[in-house]
Amino acid sequence: MDRQIMINAEHLKKRYRLGEIGSTTLQHELQSWWAEKRGREDPNQKIGNDRTGTFYALDDVSFQVHRGETVGLIGANGAGKSTLLKILCRITAPTEGRAELYGRITSMLEIGTGFHGEMTGRENIFMNGAILGMKRSEINDRLEEIIEFSEVRDFIDTPVKRYSSGMYTKLGFSVAAHLDSEIMIMDEVLAVGDAAFQNKCIARMRTAAAEEGRTVLYVSHNMNQIRQLCRRCIVLGHGTLIYDGDTEHAIEHYLGQYRSDKPRKQYSPVRPVWLEDHSMRVQYADYPLKDNVFFYGDESVRVRIGFDVYADIRNLCLRVEIRSANESRIGTYFFYDLCNCLAGESKEITVEWSLSAYTDGTFFAGYTFFTRSENGVNHNLDYVEGLTFLHAESTPSKKLAWESNWGFLELSGGRVIDLRTVEKHGAE
Amino acid sequence: MSQINKTTYYTLISPEHRLCDLKLKEVITYRELIVLFASKELRTRYKQTILGPLWLIIAPLMTSIMHMIVFGTIAGIGTEGMPKILFYLAGNSLWEFFSGVFTRCTQTFSGNAHLFGKVYFPRLTVPFSYILLSSFEFSVQFLIIIALCFWFSLHGFSFPYAGWLLIPLLLIWLGLLAMGLGIIVASLTTKYRDLNVLVRFGVQLWMYATPIVYPLSVLKENSLRSWVLINPVTAPAELFRMWVLGVGSISASSVVVSLTLTVISILAGMMIFNRIERSFMDTI
Repeated sequence: MDRQIMINAEHLKKRYRLGEIGSTTLQHELQSWWAEKRGREDPNQKIGNDRTGTFYALDDVSFQVHRGETVGLIGANGAGKSTLLKILCRITAPTEGRAELYGRITSMLEIGTGFHGEMTGRENIFMNGAILGMKRSEINDRLEEIIEFSEVRDFIDTPVKRYSSGMYTKLGFSVAAHLDSEIMIMDEVLAVGDAAFQNKCIARMRTAAAEEGRTVLYVSHNMNQIRQLCRRCIVLGHGTLIYDGDTEHAIEHYLGQYRSDKPRKQYSPVRPVWLEDHSMRVQYADYPLKDNVFFYGDESVRVRIGFDVYADIRNLCLRVEIRSANESRIGTYFFYDLCNCLAGESKEITVEWSLSAYTDGTFFAGYTFFTRSENGVNHNLDYVEGLTFLHAESTPSKKLAWESNWGFLELSGGRVIDLRTVEKHGAE
Repeated sequence: MSQINKTTYYTLISPEHRLCDLKLKEVITYRELIVLFASKELRTRYKQTILGPLWLIIAPLMTSIMHMIVFGTIAGIGTEGMPKILFYLAGNSLWEFFSGVFTRCTQTFSGNAHLFGKVYFPRLTVPFSYILLSSFEFSVQFLIIIALCFWFSLHGFSFPYAGWLLIPLLLIWLGLLAMGLGIIVASLTTKYRDLNVLVRFGVQLWMYATPIVYPLSVLKENSLRSWVLINPVTAPAELFRMWVLGVGSISASSVVVSLTLTVISILAGMMIFNRIERSFMDTI
């Protein structure tokens, strides 16, 4: 395998001015210019907004990608992924630094760019192909392949405004995937297609990389797709490069930077407005004896929560609400009737729950202390955003690779009551 | 596997930008896209309309009849001995061509922001496709002019048919002028939105500063005439009627002025355009 460099990015920076820019009118511009000229204060300057206030969407990012590599680009929203892609695709210029590209680029920041609803699928293939830099003759050569791959042959002479969003995506991806280019840059493009088509696309990109020596740069929030496609990942956070290397480590880095990645949190007395009760406040929470938030296999999460009591409380209860990384509510643990508390006490409680049913992933917790009235009505005393925990290497008893649409828990309590042959068919 | 030729497909992305690099080579590589953009516009524009492409003919015809009544009959402006309808139709077709290219080009960025934000291709292909699109529309209208000329030639009029062959040159000249001015405005509108308003009524006013609804000859030797002669569209408009209908008066100096302004505006336009194009996604 030759190690020919295909993308060489050196110290890329992209600076944006904070506040409102660009939508000024000539009048405002003249006002500002006049004020500046006469040494007065700019009348259009936002109060409290320093004119030099800037921020770097991308701050000194350097990396190299070699031929035939499939590199994932991951990071939280606002980490600079899209800015980086836009610079590499030449949609916007960098503020500093440089990038060299040794090959033609197919950019798929969006599927079906330039598609026009009134034109047929076939016409749009030519339109889209031309925008992506393909010659008419080249598209003609590939037309059969494109139509075949897109699975929309029956509708190829129908205006695309009649297409479903899935068909639209399939056609758009097919055109881009069959371009004669050396570098493919894709931004979360497979989000729409069905699972079968997504797998087909991933397979197509892997082939393109492995057999045709094409270089793929892929952005996604779907870690399963990243795992399937990429050997190497670049993790961005707040515009800087956090990690560059092996995919599994990169994903750990990425998930670990979620919110609080520390096994300990100290709480300020600030609470949401809806929390009207002031009889107690949580002070801190931690995972005792742990220096990270990773939990493996059957390990249980053990949390210690410290709180101060300001008024007498009878039958204090605690509940721990669990959410997934995409903010789905998964379930809640209840710890009833812990104690009666007196004003002035500082207390510490430790609870734990098992992770054996959990799938791999990042989970958020919220800790709520509450009391119950006689007829079981809930009354919240205090709520804090809890510690994050990451679960990895779910127990080997799970005989399947877990799929994301199965949820986050493998439920227990189901069992087979009966299984028997009721009747025999004649087919023997 | 095709061997990748380093020198063919090397791209350098950096903040520096060479002002004199017009990137025309790239535009030529993407010439098919210019044609596709124009044909896409033509093909999709008349979907779900009753009269369809007939509008291409109806609109200038109606305008010409209106001008005939207002300027020809009510105001009584002469048409240098030409049939009124032919005089006004010729003027209007040419003005439609110029203002069509110009107005469309001023919308290059705002009208294609979505496309420009998603994929790179030489942005100059878009204004060039507008020239092509307007040329096509003009050709359709020119067919009407030809038909009318034949009709009137049966009634004692004669036309300089050989002059018609020079029309394409005129279209290139006027097209580049309109595009140059258009993309300068387009580049400025990414920052100053109010230019859009100016363009909308500015084009209407501009028509009256051009010998479209009147022949240049009605202007006597006064300051008004010299102002009209500075207008870069005056020379092509008069030349057009001279070549097509055989009437008109033109001075060499106004041709020189117009050609010079055309060259300056197209070169300056492309320089500014290429500069703005690199970062307009951040400001629009």
